[in-house]
Amino acid sequence: MGSDALFDVRDLGVQFTTPRGRVSAVREASLEVRRGECLAVVGESGSGKSQLFLGCLGLLAAGGVVQGSARFDGQELLGPDAAPRRAALGTRLAMVFQDPMNALTPHLTIGRQLVEVVLDRGLLDAAGARARSLEVLQSVGMPEPEARLRQYPHELSGGQRQRAAIAMALMTRPDLLVADEPTTALDVTVQAQVIDVLRAARDRGLAVVLITHDMGVVAGIADRVAVMYAGRIVEMAPARELFAAAAHPYTAALLASVPRLDTPLAGRLIGIEGQPPAPGDEPDGCAFAPRCASVLERCHRSRPPLESHENRSVACHAAGAVR
Amino acid sequence: MTETLLRVRNLTVRFPMPRARLVGPRPWLTAVNGVDLEIEAGRAVGLVGESGCGKSTLALAILALVAPQAGTIEWRGQPVRHDDATGLRRMRRELQVVFQDPVGSLDPRMSVGESVAEALEALEGPQAAAASRARVGSMLAEVGLDPALHTRYPHELSGGQCQRAAIARALVGRPRLLVCDEAVSALDVSVQAQIVNLLADLRRRHGLALLFISHNLAVVRHLCDEVAVLYRGRVVERAPAAAIFGGPRHPYTRALLAAVPDPDPAAHARARVPELRAAAAAESVAVVGCAYRPRCPLADDACRMQAPRLEDAGDGHLAACHHGRVRPPAS
Repeated sequence: MGSDALFDVRDLGVQFTTPRGRVSAVREASLEVRRGECLAVVGESGSGKSQLFLGCLGLLAAGGVVQGSARFDGQELLGPDAAPRRAALGTRLAMVFQDPMNALTPHLTIGRQLVEVVLDRGLLDAAGARARSLEVLQSVGMPEPEARLRQYPHELSGGQRQRAAIAMALMTRPDLLVADEPTTALDVTVQAQVIDVLRAARDRGLAVVLITHDMGVVAGIADRVAVMYAGRIVEMAPARELFAAAAHPYTAALLASVPRLDTPLAGRLIGIEGQPPAPGDEPDGCAFAPRCASVLERCHRSRPPLESHENRSVACHAAGAVR
Repeated sequence: MTETLLRVRNLTVRFPMPRARLVGPRPWLTAVNGVDLEIEAGRAVGLVGESGCGKSTLALAILALVAPQAGTIEWRGQPVRHDDATGLRRMRRELQVVFQDPVGSLDPRMSVGESVAEALEALEGPQAAAASRARVGSMLAEVGLDPALHTRYPHELSGGQCQRAAIARALVGRPRLLVCDEAVSALDVSVQAQIVNLLADLRRRHGLALLFISHNLAVVRHLCDEVAVLYRGRVVERAPAAAIFGGPRHPYTRALLAAVPDPDPAAHARARVPELRAAAAAESVAVVGCAYRPRCPLADDACRMQAPRLEDAGDGHLAACHHGRVRPPAS
């Protein structure tokens, strides 16, 4: 494990200093991403899925601190020397965010913003940059790419803007793309197109981290899935196996609460009663125990470690019973 | 016989757009274009379509929050008139709304209990303190908010708890119809499921009718009896929910359904219907004939010549498509 991983995160923790003291957003998270694979990181709002990656990339909001290790192609990003992180970020390691309008500069044309990415880093000359910008717009399935280069972000539809933002991230031919909720603000028809774009980029060898709460999107693209709850990774498994049989009761409940079109109508949706613990109060036992359908007596006393069985890991005392 | 609460006829809402040049005609954006819609007491009607299709404008017109350019809206048989303050006040007691952003739709300086009490007072006039407290308390309990939370402020609550409070605020005057404009879209799936179940319970308990606006078709399928599909301001298909989801007749409805990602990797591995691919075309061109023609895989000369009318095939399933009666081979 670890040696063949492009991105290798070990024991990552993220804390924020708030008026109420230090609050942990991410605890002891370890994961790896290999070349040409898509890892989906899922969980509800506040589960720490975005902070985990913002922490790795040094993009935490003010008051945030990160511990642990994040190695990108063997280079430590979180060491005392910021140079490896600066060299990788935006070049070999690119990010796409939820809101495509805020990711683009309103007063510059799409073409200008695309070429700037490579010109500022001295990667290509002007003619090369222009050719590359057309190429990436085509690769993200942008209709009429030539015309788009001359347009401003407000002239594009939401889906086109998100494709422009992904194109911008792809300008430098990165090895890893971290996409944080890239389809959440989009219509289903446009969402399907964006998933196609990410899948095509993955198939060309790009490693993709997809942060999302939409299990449907995960099923459409992910090779492996990490499930986060209250700042911890509680389950990690190949996508097909996870959807076929979730080992952690939280994953099972999350999957069950998604309303679906492809199953007969059952009377009620299955929600998860209660709420996750407030940030900062970590119980002694399992954080999911108060909401868990398979809870055992010891779940309240001792926290289950993340244990691996073959290619799956799960942090649950009752997982044996579930499987 | 069930009472028809809401009857919308040929409703058109247009907004003035900035002039392209200093002089010249002012362009208008037609957000809602000749829509007919009825909602009977106790029924849940889903309104679906992409962003910009006019679903929220239609809701605002029904709530008398924007004035239509043409067409009529009747509430329980009485025409809704914007110059009739008494009539509007009476209607608003019976017609309430819940919006998408649960935190933003509550006053940040009022506890959720105060917010609900304020709504009660606005709808029914000044209340005795004890009576108001009892009604507000029972309403908040009914939407599943713990009594300990009634004195909390919106920023102290989660999104799901705020949405419960917003629903309590809408329901405290015992309305007949609740308009939900993307009311569960901003919530996490586990919370979304709770709120959908809550709405289903409230319907059953109080015979509440719903106009449920959403881009999430799976949620609409769970909650609604009927579905209307809106495309560029027009209803292109309207039918009982089972018919829409079991046998959609408009190619746009089929494309929408095909685009919903099911949480099942095996389903994604299967080839997807070609209609989805067609949806990439330019969206802003003015179209003669059928508005969906540029994206439609079935488009032919008939679609270019004439816009199809919304017609009933004889089974209560309406579609505005020249090819709507011919079902294409199952994919």
